[in-house]
Amino acid sequence: MYAYDEIDRTLVNERVSEFRDQVKRRLSGELTEDEFKILRLQNGVYLQLHAYMFRVAIPYGTLASNQLRALAHVARKYDRGYGHFTTRQNIQFNWIKLAELPDALADLAEVGIHAMQTSGNNMRNVTSDQWAGVAPGEIEDPRIWSELIRQHTTLHPEFSFLPRKFKIAITASDHDRAAIKIHDIGLKLVKNEKGETGFEVLVGGGLGRTPFIGKTIKHFVHGRDILSYIEAILRVYNQYGRRDNIYKARIKILVHELGIEKFSREVEEEWQHIRNSSLQIDDEVIEDIRSRFSYPNYEKLPHMPDELRQAAADPDFEAWRKNSVSPHKVQGYSIVTISLKPIGAPPGDATAEQMDALADLADKYSFGEIRVGHEQNLALPHVAKRDLPALWKALDKLGLATPNVNLITDIIACPGLDYCSLANARSIPIAQELTRRFANHELANLIGRLHINISGCINACGHHHVGHIGILGVEKNGEEVYQITIGGRADESAALGNLIGPGVKFDEVADVVEDIVEAYLALRERPEELFVDTVKRLGVEPFKERVYATR
Amino acid sequence: MTSPLEQKKLKIAGPSVVTANRTWDGIVVYRTAGRSWSADLSEAAIVRNSDEAKALLAESIADDVGAIGPYIAPVQVGTDGRIEPGNLREQIRRTGVTIGQPVQA
Ligand code: HEM
Ligand code: SF4
Repeated sequence: MYAYDEIDRTLVNERVSEFRDQVKRRLSGELTEDEFKILRLQNGVYLQLHAYMFRVAIPYGTLASNQLRALAHVARKYDRGYGHFTTRQNIQFNWIKLAELPDALADLAEVGIHAMQTSGNNMRNVTSDQWAGVAPGEIEDPRIWSELIRQHTTLHPEFSFLPRKFKIAITASDHDRAAIKIHDIGLKLVKNEKGETGFEVLVGGGLGRTPFIGKTIKHFVHGRDILSYIEAILRVYNQYGRRDNIYKARIKILVHELGIEKFSREVEEEWQHIRNSSLQIDDEVIEDIRSRFSYPNYEKLPHMPDELRQAAADPDFEAWRKNSVSPHKVQGYSIVTISLKPIGAPPGDATAEQMDALADLADKYSFGEIRVGHEQNLALPHVAKRDLPALWKALDKLGLATPNVNLITDIIACPGLDYCSLANARSIPIAQELTRRFANHELANLIGRLHINISGCINACGHHHVGHIGILGVEKNGEEVYQITIGGRADESAALGNLIGPGVKFDEVADVVEDIVEAYLALRERPEELFVDTVKRLGVEPFKERVYATR
Repeated sequence: MTSPLEQKKLKIAGPSVVTANRTWDGIVVYRTAGRSWSADLSEAAIVRNSDEAKALLAESIADDVGAIGPYIAPVQVGTDGRIEPGNLREQIRRTGVTIGQPVQA
């Protein structure tokens, strides 16, 4: 866990009173909507179809149990009893009243939570691996660096009025759970020959209308230089970025237009001017941040406790354990992923009751800590293996033990036309129908790892481009139509999916996905060949044939 | 953003209303003939040509304290005078999400 210092607490509290005053002036008519809009966006407040939507940051996906309770409280008191976890380590409340927002923000501020950097053309909430600090084999805890960047960029004038939003993600593991290749800047912690910590820096990734996979701009930037290097990238971006055209304003377009070589030369030149400035980070600064992260006092526990051995006889427990429980860096402990994808339900939603109960379970079994991942699931990062059976029973009672993590029903979906004012088509009902089609656990297991990602418009909040199966809602003559891509992926081998053919109607989407899956089951070389690997080996054609032969 | 009023031609395809979100709580509202806002679509003022639409929109935009983001939305008017939303988006805005919420409101 991270303990905020006095500066942060003061900042967050001042921010709340400032916003309270702004809301008051808005409601009295002293501020017009035009004047107020940028102020509300700076506090995470959007306008959606039914109401205002309030987006709250969960920096690098780490929550303390009291913070999760505060989110439950906001859901219950100011909203409709639930919240929606997004693909960027944020939570959204969909029905918040403007007049009550300052109170909600004040309640969150009491536990150090805020909505800064969740919207607007600034540096957004820096995201990281939800297994940070507990994943076996990671270089070091990436949250230390996420926090450094967060402190440096929060409300920094140079990063507050960028040509467009700007997103950074950090990982410290070879297996990328933070999707760094689809961020404006992706950072991967690495060590050089001398054993010093630094970063491989990627730039220019992003989805939306014009998707790009990020490219490596530098293989090693020393940790002490990372702020100056990021700043150099941002200065080049600020200088050339297309403020005139919203569709061309993201850094990915600039990197694409200049070419990565020219772009990196520009950055290098800028960097040489500033790398030995005050932006160089002293070891003490890093040590100070490091000291504010606390880690549990782990016990010395056996690798295979009796409780776990006994529970293995229960096939339901085993089904859950296989998909939800992952190795921890400390012997005798596990990381437990909590599926927010029950069959037939909207992906990523959690009720206030679930959040409260999960906070209690975190206190009991995970040293009071919860993580939020970009797949719209939660995790308990430090569960003793002997506690797994008891935890599973408790989760099951809450509807939080669906054994589908990483399976075909673990779908990522944006809010789509049910909530979002930019949407062309619905996303959530498509996800719901697909989870029903593949509800049979044996079938889902047989299919194996398969990620379906759904977005309700080209903005790609549901990451459809990088879904193994990607579904994009568009509108055609007033009707919802869905374009389907296959072969995308969001991990260290990130790739954009390829379109299989003409769009299909709302009612046909689930049938088409079934066809694609059947084709895969028939075509795969062996059961271990994942769907994406079969697509890579054979291309789109056999799937296309299968889907359109009868349509 | 260009204001909707600056769109020189404001074409409407059929009967339409002006809708927006109420400023203090964000709920969906419709402009009434009495120059106020109502959460009830049946109380909405109907416009049938672009001049009427333009005038209603201008008057709605002027009430910036009352509601935000006003725009013209299509409706269908039945023979009995009942007003129904003219597309799926407006249907969802009127009746709520199509998905069943985790907690019923
Ligand atoms: C419901 C209100 C939302 C609105 C109005 C909204 C708006 C947008 C817009 C306009 C973009 C495209 C920006 C660009 O390419 O410059 C975008 C991208 C994105 N949004 Fe959302 N979004 C919403 C909800 C969400 C949710 C619920 C999630 C997570 C499930 C999300 C995650 C993302 C992500 C990951 C991108 C990525 C693409 C990228 O930045 O390259 N957003 N959003
Ligand atoms: S992808 Fe489009 S429809 Fe979905 S949340 Fe983003 S902006 Fe809305």
